[in-house]
Amino acid sequence: MSNGSRITPAVMTSHASREPRDRNEPAGESLVPGPNRVVEPVTMTGSQAIVRSLEELGVTDIFGLPGGAILPTYDPLMDSQTIRHVLVRHEQGAGHAAQGYYLATGRPGVAIATSGPGATNLVTAIADAHMDSEACVFITGQVASAAIGSDAFQEADIVGITMPITKHSRLVTDAQDIPQALAEAFHIATTGRPGPVLVDVAKDAQQAQMEFSWPPRIDLPGYRPVVRGHSKQVREAARLIQQAERPVLYVGGGVSRGHASAELRELAELTGAPVVTTLTARGVFPDSHRQHLGMPGMHGSVAAVSALQMSDLLITLGARFDDRVTGQLSTFAPKARVIHADIDPAEISKNRPADVPIVGSVKEIIPELTGAVRDAHAESGAPDLGEWWTVLDRLRETYPMGYAPTEDGLMSPQKVIERLDAHSGPEAVYVAGVGQHQMWASQFVKYERPHQWLNSAGLGTMGFAVPAAMGAKAGDPDRVVWAIDGDGCFQMTNQELATCLINNIPIKVAVINNSSLGMVRQWQTLFYESRYSNTDLNTGHDTIRVPDFVKLAEAYGCLGLRCEREEDLDATIEQALAVNDRPVVVDFVVSRDSMVWPMVPAGVSNDEIQVARDMTPDWDEED
Amino acid sequence: MARHTLSVLVEDVPGVLTRVASLFARRAFNIHSLAVGTSEIEGLSRITVVVDAEGDLLEQVTKQLNKLINVIKIVELSADNSVQRDHLLVKVRSDAATRSQVVQAVELFRASVVDVSTDSVTIEATGAADKLAALLEVLEPFGIRELVRSGTIAVGRGGKSMTDRALTRN
Repeated sequence: MSNGSRITPAVMTSHASREPRDRNEPAGESLVPGPNRVVEPVTMTGSQAIVRSLEELGVTDIFGLPGGAILPTYDPLMDSQTIRHVLVRHEQGAGHAAQGYYLATGRPGVAIATSGPGATNLVTAIADAHMDSEACVFITGQVASAAIGSDAFQEADIVGITMPITKHSRLVTDAQDIPQALAEAFHIATTGRPGPVLVDVAKDAQQAQMEFSWPPRIDLPGYRPVVRGHSKQVREAARLIQQAERPVLYVGGGVSRGHASAELRELAELTGAPVVTTLTARGVFPDSHRQHLGMPGMHGSVAAVSALQMSDLLITLGARFDDRVTGQLSTFAPKARVIHADIDPAEISKNRPADVPIVGSVKEIIPELTGAVRDAHAESGAPDLGEWWTVLDRLRETYPMGYAPTEDGLMSPQKVIERLDAHSGPEAVYVAGVGQHQMWASQFVKYERPHQWLNSAGLGTMGFAVPAAMGAKAGDPDRVVWAIDGDGCFQMTNQELATCLINNIPIKVAVINNSSLGMVRQWQTLFYESRYSNTDLNTGHDTIRVPDFVKLAEAYGCLGLRCEREEDLDATIEQALAVNDRPVVVDFVVSRDSMVWPMVPAGVSNDEIQVARDMTPDWDEED
Repeated sequence: MARHTLSVLVEDVPGVLTRVASLFARRAFNIHSLAVGTSEIEGLSRITVVVDAEGDLLEQVTKQLNKLINVIKIVELSADNSVQRDHLLVKVRSDAATRSQVVQAVELFRASVVDVSTDSVTIEATGAADKLAALLEVLEPFGIRELVRSGTIAVGRGGKSMTDRALTRN
């Protein structure tokens, strides 16, 4: 009588049979992304099929670097009328460029590399795209199928290596499988929770003859992302919102990936609840909006962090309770019930148990929730959040985001970033590396629109900024694209300045040069008795300046500028903004002693947030 | 920690076993046994995994398993609602003096002798884990020379199939 209970996705079991659920694929409609032009069978090589498939999928930009095992594909690529290939200087750059392209445009990013070292050089970018849920397709050449497993020249089992860091991966050894493999890769990468997909194509499959036709059939019986939230759960969520006295909209990167900013704003304004946006969500709700409290987490604003701590209801939308947001999990938002909407059922109750789980796309769930809240208001009126706002406004006024003047006469990095924003505005794109400059860029640029802010959040990849900015600018060439980078990060991937110059991708790089691995140095200051073990980079004021960033920029044919005094700041930025025929690198020489505040030390409760060194707000007074 | 039996229906494609097994490894689960074979549907394989895990952690790992593109369905089979069997081959030290005692034990357990030599008897047995444990306990005094086990396979009781609607877009 019984065949056991289907146990996954657990949150969906209880209602799986009660109501028909919409899949994200209407019956009869093709799942193949792109224009779906019909191509009658035609004979060609596997390589030509790769290029043709990418064209049929609507791909217009690829970042990559050729080598032996992918050489067959680079030949027909040269003749493509619709695909621009950007030749990078290092495959990691191609990977991050694909990420930046996706983040800025919403179109899947594509990177291509050869076997062995070409493929392994992509690994950091693949892991990064996986952590931050970015739709990217990575295509690698593989040694000929007869040689696989023989330790052949430039052989690496890249499918095996990337298994834990891709949404899916596949080795293709038969040329006939190429169109389907690529169509499925793009379908998987771009639907459900976005993520990286790797397609590894053996060299002999690239060389063999095959019959190409389009569109191929997508056959993925194990892949059925849920898009529509369950309506009973949505009504239950609305009921909790109606009861809550201290609700907070805890908004994560899913709202950015799901393009649900407008929907979020409607819900926020209807409920009147405060909004916090995580590092990957900056910009999905305007910083200038009265209800926005800023970023939560380790370097979040006091108002955002405390709002979560004091909340009685977290309305969690596309966020995943990352440790950098929650701090010590057991003391995070201790009084709050949790509504958790996410497209990935595995995120629900992973770190924090959800009282009301809703599996689906935020693009679908938020409007339904708004409707349900509106119904609740019509029935029993809108809840009065006046007292809650009194508390929050007092916090916001007492602990605004700010910084102390430097003591060494050098510029404060925060000031540099504030002025960059003031001159470039919200229509520009800001891309950061990882470290202090990233946190300051997230704190001191005013984000007003989604996709204005790109960074490596989950993996925390130093060196992300320059190649990701390149990808963003390639995808959205009419925008000013600033890579706000650190002197450490910049030295990891700045070779892509050559790529930018030669391919006319004029990005702007602001090196926030504090002559050190600043975030590590900050931790050494705070937790290692100021013993600065291996964090000095000798690039800044009063050092030997190796490398000299201005000369480095000039060597790459870019405009190189240096700014050392605050009085020159505005003029330098204006000068950088005036040059658009080549990349610009500005060496902003800043104080190395500036620290990122506020800060919740790692592993402790968010209640112990410090607004400056050893200064914790007096909660009794506030609450 | 409780023992759980999971039936995992997967596409029969290269690497699928690695993907499934490595997910357990990544979460530091101890796989007690694992058995793989074809199912009644061409192109689909069925993996039976027995793991020791706490409920919450098991739920998380099954959700992660379900995210694998090649995994079609996962079902937990409890002892009450399923038939669970293990298959073993055991080579026991036995000469003319002890052979009849060994054969008697084999008959008691409804196992069978599949190979005999002058100094050994090889026995094939199928059954639930506790039955096989009892058999091995009886055989132990003779001296176990070699033991091979298939890992548990399991099927739900009743007329329904795990693959019902597994391939339809419901």
